[in-house]
Amino acid sequence: MSTTTTPGVAKSPAAAQTPSVPRRRGIRGRTLNFWLFTGPFLIGLVIFVYIPIGWSAYLSFFEARFTVTPSEFIGFDNYKYMLTNDKFVDSLVTFTVFAAIVVPITWALSLGLALLVHRIRFMKAFFRSVFFLPTAVSFVAASLIWKMSIFSGVRFGLMNTVLSWFGIDNIAWLANPDPPWYWLVIVTVRLWLQAGFYMILFLAALQNIPNELYEAAAIDGAKPGWQTFRYVTLPQLRATSTAVILLLLVAAYQAFDEFFNLLAKTTWGRPPLVELYYTALGENQDYGAGSAGAMILTLLICMVTLLQGRIMGFGRGEESK
Amino acid sequence: MTTTTPTVRKPRKIKRGGVLGSTGLYIATGIAAFLFLVPFYLIVRNALSTDAEITGENWKFFPTDIQWGNFTELFDDPTVPFAQSLWNSTVVGVLHTIGTLLVCSLAGYGLARIPYKHANKIFYAVLVTLMVPTAVTFVPSFVLVSSLGWVSTLRGLVIPGLFSGFTCFLFRQYFLGFPKELEEAARVDGLGYWGAYWRIVVPNSLNFFAAIATITFISGWNAFLWPLVIGQDQEAWTVQVALSSYMTNQTVNFHLIFMATAISILPLVFVFLFLQRWLVQGVAQTGIKG
Repeated sequence: MSTTTTPGVAKSPAAAQTPSVPRRRGIRGRTLNFWLFTGPFLIGLVIFVYIPIGWSAYLSFFEARFTVTPSEFIGFDNYKYMLTNDKFVDSLVTFTVFAAIVVPITWALSLGLALLVHRIRFMKAFFRSVFFLPTAVSFVAASLIWKMSIFSGVRFGLMNTVLSWFGIDNIAWLANPDPPWYWLVIVTVRLWLQAGFYMILFLAALQNIPNELYEAAAIDGAKPGWQTFRYVTLPQLRATSTAVILLLLVAAYQAFDEFFNLLAKTTWGRPPLVELYYTALGENQDYGAGSAGAMILTLLICMVTLLQGRIMGFGRGEESK
Repeated sequence: MTTTTPTVRKPRKIKRGGVLGSTGLYIATGIAAFLFLVPFYLIVRNALSTDAEITGENWKFFPTDIQWGNFTELFDDPTVPFAQSLWNSTVVGVLHTIGTLLVCSLAGYGLARIPYKHANKIFYAVLVTLMVPTAVTFVPSFVLVSSLGWVSTLRGLVIPGLFSGFTCFLFRQYFLGFPKELEEAARVDGLGYWGAYWRIVVPNSLNFFAAIATITFISGWNAFLWPLVIGQDQEAWTVQVALSSYMTNQTVNFHLIFMATAISILPLVFVFLFLQRWLVQGVAQTGIKG
């Protein structure tokens, strides 16, 4: 409160001394104000972000089952254990496969939807809303619809019903890893939930492409359609495309909800976070190994975001490119 | 006359792409829109049907009798504590939104506007946290929160999530672009930073606050991993954790599960109908930075 009256406080010494005193008071007032504004956030950031990571780094060097205050130092054994643990390595493979499928497909679909909505005149707002609507639905709710209704392995699931119209037998979408139909379920959930979000980003970018470019291309003889798209639209969207791909990659890395809910009680298709969940919070409550896993994942994601920073100019706008 | 007509026609051709092209355009968009709406149709259909109709021999496109009773049945069922989880989610969503906005906007303003010699170093300390998504560090966070004794509490659900480096960063970027003249006028009137912030800056930034609030509320309402980790007791479940538990239950009541799903989505439909403008703005703002 005293900060709001700084001018008043500064008045009395200012009357007796040189103007340098109120200026110093001003700086002190500013410093105080700075901490008044940022203090609550920074304290929280230290307690809930920095300390957990530090603590976890500490735990990762200890034998810490069922305890978070361990005493037995075991060096890099937790790291060795995680990196030679088939399940953890498999989860990284699962992530790689998942990202390799879901990133390009989501990119293409969201760009495609954006192009459609951008060109459409009639009911434009309606269609944009329809594609954007799933963005507000949770992964859990969507997983539930996918698991219990669309891709339900029994006869009354929607997909199996549709297939039966063509005389095709029921498919156990999730309950059988061979053939791996579960990937279709996993990928389509994320596609439905995320495409609208990235479509909005592409739409914003499409609106920023100057019309003169299209006119110039037409004069140069580019045919409307593929040629114009390939040589005008796509290059103009390069910054947005790069951003979208990196966002998709980071989002895929954190995939948890749909895998956890769709593939509960199965042993296949576990991405890193699900594997970590079972390591640290499952029956063994192995916080040491869990922390080591978290550290490994943190390092990996840092590498990705640093790459992202390199490509996009971290902390700056896209104009820095 | 003859020379001007082609130049008028040309740009038109580019824009329209012919009647055939535009029919194809509408067909493609229509099919995509239909597919995107199917899951919503399934929620409504299943939520208002009986189990017998959902699991019946032939596919029923619509329930023969709309079962509004499913709604009351869901809240009367003692084995499914859905009302409690709905309440928890509401409280968590609201507190999460208010808390995040308050803490992160103040910090963002401080970093953007108040000169302090270490401000840059502090800003980098915030930026570093953007490199590590909070989901990746859920094990360490759980370790901390459990040693504070906050497992299965409201505090544990809300407080650790308030300090979002990303939201703080967004506010800082926004305040950097806020017109300085407005604040300077306030200073001349004798308001300090604090007074200028609340009397001038916030009232003139309500659009931005609304956009961030909408996004924050949705992500809070839809969050799953952290509430799952923290909500060890059933009393502390949020809607998402409750929905997840229905999927693995022994007995499956399709109509109740889908009614619960429908209700869990309802607040977001309201957000859509009334706040879509801010939601789109928020997405555009958060997406660009990521």
